[in-house]
Amino acid sequence: MIRMTAVDKHFGDLHVLRDINLEVASGEVVVVLGPSGSGKSTLCRAINRLEPIDSGTIEVDGAELPAEGKALAKLRSDVGMVFQQFNLFAHKTIAENVMLGPIKVRGKSKSEAHDTAMQLLERVGIANQADKYPAQLSGGQQQRAAIARALAMAPKVMLFDEPTSALDPEMINEVLEAMVTLAKEGMTMLVVTHEMGFARGAAHRVVFMSDGEIVEDATPDTFFSNPTSDRAKDFLGKILAH
Amino acid sequence: MLDYFAPVTDNFGLFVDAFLGTLMICLYGAVGSLVLGTLIASFRVSPLPPLRAVGTAWVTVFRNCPLVIVLFFFAFGLPEIGINAPFLWFGITGLVVYTSAFVCEAVRSGINSVSAGQAEAARSIGLTFTQSLSTVVLPQALRTVVPPLGSVIIAMFKNSAIVGAFGVGGELFSTFATLVSARGLSIIPVLLGVAVGYLLITVPAGFGLDVLERRVAVSR
Repeated sequence: MIRMTAVDKHFGDLHVLRDINLEVASGEVVVVLGPSGSGKSTLCRAINRLEPIDSGTIEVDGAELPAEGKALAKLRSDVGMVFQQFNLFAHKTIAENVMLGPIKVRGKSKSEAHDTAMQLLERVGIANQADKYPAQLSGGQQQRAAIARALAMAPKVMLFDEPTSALDPEMINEVLEAMVTLAKEGMTMLVVTHEMGFARGAAHRVVFMSDGEIVEDATPDTFFSNPTSDRAKDFLGKILAH
Repeated sequence: MLDYFAPVTDNFGLFVDAFLGTLMICLYGAVGSLVLGTLIASFRVSPLPPLRAVGTAWVTVFRNCPLVIVLFFFAFGLPEIGINAPFLWFGITGLVVYTSAFVCEAVRSGINSVSAGQAEAARSIGLTFTQSLSTVVLPQALRTVVPPLGSVIIAMFKNSAIVGAFGVGGELFSTFATLVSARGLSIIPVLLGVAVGYLLITVPAGFGLDVLERRVAVSR
């Protein structure tokens, strides 16, 4: 579903992605782990070209990423994205947030879009918040609304860029549960996260990044019990020590 | 006392007409410069370099030229290339073009105040640049730019006097000139009458803007 080949990117002097080769098969859930600044968010954002790359190729569902323009907008409509900061449209209600894409991009009627939106909000457990504005919701509710907004486009693949990192601890679970449900339903997912529990429980593969490189690519069991590289051992030592 | 204001009371009908003339210039000017200025602002933030260049050039030229010079170009330059219209429309067009440069910069500051994440989210659900600007970014940007835009528009209302000084008749400033220089009425009472005419437009506009600002303010 996603294929990255020899992808390189610099931010000025900083080499943020070094020769990235990564495939995510249809229906697969891949978790990307790594220390801050290892390039995992950039990798995630590169897949729908929120970050343009310097060289290499990225394919989604067999088609190479187009340059700016209508073709890119079309591709993005098939790739759901969930952000660390939710990024719900602040001037629209939760229902309107979920309806905007189907109406503007898919050309759905307002009533059809509303029905789908309510079903999706029901699914993530916040149908009763549909008429509120984002600022009136808790972080966990906002993130679940953001997931519903992405799902409303019926995407082929979902990208999660640290979806729980801006949440209070008691709200993390409600978002993770929504993601686990989605994974069980067979959605293709690439998840950048620090949630080791999710990586162990829901991922088919764990990709470990450090300094812009993919250092390990293994099943969760293998990665957590037998990491091969020193960098991964060091990382796991730090986060699992307590 | 009433005698002192005789130049105004005797010509009251003329003042009312002049007031309506100025009001009309102001309304056309406000609508035109808001629309054009917002369009130029969208050029300036466009992903297409040629559009950005046009926007930047527009602002650089029209923000930095005195209004009188811009008006001269419209009033005398356009007829020279074969475009003829009543003087009033050259005046309004000049005013709109000049003011649009300031509107553009106010709107652009509003666009920059909307967090980048909003536009990223809009693009990631498949909206094109134009759609994300018009449905997500601009509606939020316009909320923060009501106060600076209000100042720009009120300044434009007052600049309409310069259009009048250009010989467009039927508005407040040219009426003042006519009454004083052609008919020899005393300056101060006529000037006070004209000033009241402008204040009747600008002060309610200011109140209207305060109301608008409160109404569009949203928590985020």
